[in-house]
Amino acid sequence: MKLDARIPDGPLTEKWERHRFEMKLVNPANKRKHRVIVVGTGLAGGSAAATMGELGYEVDAFFFHDSSRRAHSIAAQGGINAAKNYQHDGDSVFRLFYDTIKGGDFRSREANVYRLAEVSNEIIDQAVAQGVPFAREYGGLLDNRSFGGAQVSRTFYARGQTGQQLLLGVYQALERQVQAGRVRTHSMHEMLDVIVVDGRARGIVTRNLDNGEIRSWTADAVVLGTGGYSNVFYLSTNAMKCNVTAAWRAHRRGAGFANPCFTQIHPTAIPESDEYQSKLTLMSESLRNDGRIWVPKKKGDQRSPDEIPEAERDYFLERMYPAFGNLVPRDLASRRAKEMCDSGHGVGPTRRGVYLDFTDPIERLGRDAIEERYGNLFQIYERITDENPYRLPMRIYPAPHYTMGGLWVDYNLMSTLPGLHVIGEANFSDHGANRLGASALMQGLADGYFVLPLTIGDYIARHEFGDIPDDHPDVRRTEDEVRDRVAKLVGLDGSRTVDSIHRELGRLLWEKCGMSRNAGGLKEALDRIPELREEFWNNAKVVGSDRDINEGLEKAGRVADFFDLGELMCRDALAREESCGGHLREEHQTPEGEAQRDDERFTHVTVWEYTGPDSEAREHRESLSFTEVAPSQRSYK
Amino acid sequence: MKVTLHVWRQESSEAEGRFETYAANDVSPDMSFLELLDVVNEGLIESDVEPIAFEHDCREGICGSCGVVIDGSPHGPHEGTATCQLHMRSFADGDELWIEPWRARSFPIKKDLVVDRGALDRIIEAGGYISINTGAAPDANAIPIPKDDVDAALDAATCIGCGACVAVCPNASAMLFTSAKVAHLNMLPQGQPERWSRVARMVEQMEAEGFGNCTNHGACQIACPKEISIDFIAWLNRDYLRAQRKVG
Repeated sequence: MKLDARIPDGPLTEKWERHRFEMKLVNPANKRKHRVIVVGTGLAGGSAAATMGELGYEVDAFFFHDSSRRAHSIAAQGGINAAKNYQHDGDSVFRLFYDTIKGGDFRSREANVYRLAEVSNEIIDQAVAQGVPFAREYGGLLDNRSFGGAQVSRTFYARGQTGQQLLLGVYQALERQVQAGRVRTHSMHEMLDVIVVDGRARGIVTRNLDNGEIRSWTADAVVLGTGGYSNVFYLSTNAMKCNVTAAWRAHRRGAGFANPCFTQIHPTAIPESDEYQSKLTLMSESLRNDGRIWVPKKKGDQRSPDEIPEAERDYFLERMYPAFGNLVPRDLASRRAKEMCDSGHGVGPTRRGVYLDFTDPIERLGRDAIEERYGNLFQIYERITDENPYRLPMRIYPAPHYTMGGLWVDYNLMSTLPGLHVIGEANFSDHGANRLGASALMQGLADGYFVLPLTIGDYIARHEFGDIPDDHPDVRRTEDEVRDRVAKLVGLDGSRTVDSIHRELGRLLWEKCGMSRNAGGLKEALDRIPELREEFWNNAKVVGSDRDINEGLEKAGRVADFFDLGELMCRDALAREESCGGHLREEHQTPEGEAQRDDERFTHVTVWEYTGPDSEAREHRESLSFTEVAPSQRSYK
Repeated sequence: MKVTLHVWRQESSEAEGRFETYAANDVSPDMSFLELLDVVNEGLIESDVEPIAFEHDCREGICGSCGVVIDGSPHGPHEGTATCQLHMRSFADGDELWIEPWRARSFPIKKDLVVDRGALDRIIEAGGYISINTGAAPDANAIPIPKDDVDAALDAATCIGCGACVAVCPNASAMLFTSAKVAHLNMLPQGQPERWSRVARMVEQMEAEGFGNCTNHGACQIACPKEISIDFIAWLNRDYLRAQRKVG
């Protein structure tokens, strides 16, 4: 496997412009002769499919929901960043670039991140022109807010439903192309493999989730916009259907997997209430602006929080970080909260929670002011927990939320499998070891609207594509492999439900490969995962047929891939002998307990090559260089 | 707590459906309604019975996937709540609940509680968008839009496309859904160039899909998990009439 990032020459600020000039173009009259397959219709996949349709390509868009509008991008609450500098507070493309590189803890590629910051402004223009109703000031111009600790107000938002409104913009653009006959959509189709012909990705195999039909689709190029893999942890803030299968199947066909251990844990989710919990719900991080986080000083204290006197409370973030207090970055807040619970100070029925208390701000600012700021969040909380946060402190706990790792891509967003392009959360490219708030929506739309539709033209223009007959041996072989696998899954006839084994895998990864890891724990997990995989293939149970809707069968296929991914995550975490971004390798911390990077040995992207079911993945490295921003060590003391 | 569920089971769109009865004996009041179905399904799998098929995904009330009729009410007894946000504490120990799919001719049942809502996508395809190609947009602040206007457009745009409005309507009308999209786009300056053709084409498609018409029953706005107002239906009717004169 050869890693060539294909970063254009020239100064950072001119690379994208130069590249757009140097890329080969496809003659407008010829575009309709080229078919492109897009998998996933979230912000990245949907915007890419719509834009390629507008450009004149023949596009087939596949998604496993009943409508393309249901992709998980819809659940993003907070907002989307752009370097518009509408607030005249000193923002610029360079500042957004700088903040993103620094936020990623110097583990992302400068050229990609600069391009992301550059096109961020066009995204806002595009969305507004489509009718996305972003919040506005009374003067009629767009409003912005500061988000996730940024020093400037660059976040555009639409109440707490920015993701939904942006996705509806994408969905509308996509449906317009469907009407125009340039995009064909295939709902209820799950991609189960990539078809590789002569070393190039030339199609996919899908299963129709309504009737079980397995069939092949060929094209000149394939684009994956299939999201992240937080559900490997079982409980996460991701939607229930989010999975790694598309990316993992591509990995097995030759696409390198980059930095799989880089996952993001969000500090403020509502804790699980019992073992039936199926997913976690995020509460906006803005709550930490006013709320105070504490646990009882006494271990296992069963008293109601209002009966615990001030002197018996430990405001641990304020104690450990007097300067930043409750506003320390996501990873520190998450890690300290988990440590408190692990050492017996946790609260709530499962003892996995800490208090987020609004008593002081309510006294200081009045209930009305707090209601104005957080009213809708308090309502969500009360609906889920049946507790009134105006009277009793909220309980929060960290939750897996986003995955920075993903399939490796070059500057053109193409993976190591030629012809296979990967966009949005599914790739690894822009967030390094940690993603900033309000940057996920930005990256998905940057890739889909503004980068991929151009770079894919260069790929198409540089290659010849003959027709692939349906009975081509590579097509038949791939399809047969999918059929065999589905038959094996539907035949599982053990005694345990798929969910129960998934839950066990999730708990293991959360403990051993979550926000804080050490070599011993990772090795333990690497011993345990193959046993769980065994257990799954020998003792899991799938009921029903493979010829109609069968969610248990769908789930089984996805969970089977999570075992392999989980193993690779542990291997990756073990190889990275440093702490960076949101991840603490316990062996590598400063005397104050801060994450310690090792720039000398680890200023690189780790890329894993699949070498077969019975052999270990092979490690490759793309080294990173920083010419514009000098790596620095952060400190929140 | 304990509840008894009578759940609609139907193998396929052609098959005859029937209610099956399941007892759930270990229900936590903190469970969501969908988590209750998860638990019932785990039990069914363990006893070799095919689990109940139902749609769901985000489980936080925004993706619009889920939705079942509980005792005659789409999304259950609470206003402004999708099925995934409904918790078992809303019910009493010993309750008997009747669970059905959305019932409307334009939403054929696929299996058990899962229906085909493709008709809603086709209404959007007919004109529920602003025709702008990527890259062609002017600066986002080039057109100031009064805050009240954009807030009203957002009230309409909160529709999650779940179909509860159709399920609850005695006419199985999709007027609330269609009006929400028409109003979202037609209220904004960006939506003006296609305003009249949009409303005409979307209403035409809605009728072609076999949805009924609105007779101002008002049940839709009560069933809507996003509490979208039927004022938008009045808005749609007005724009539709004006469009008839303009489009001719």
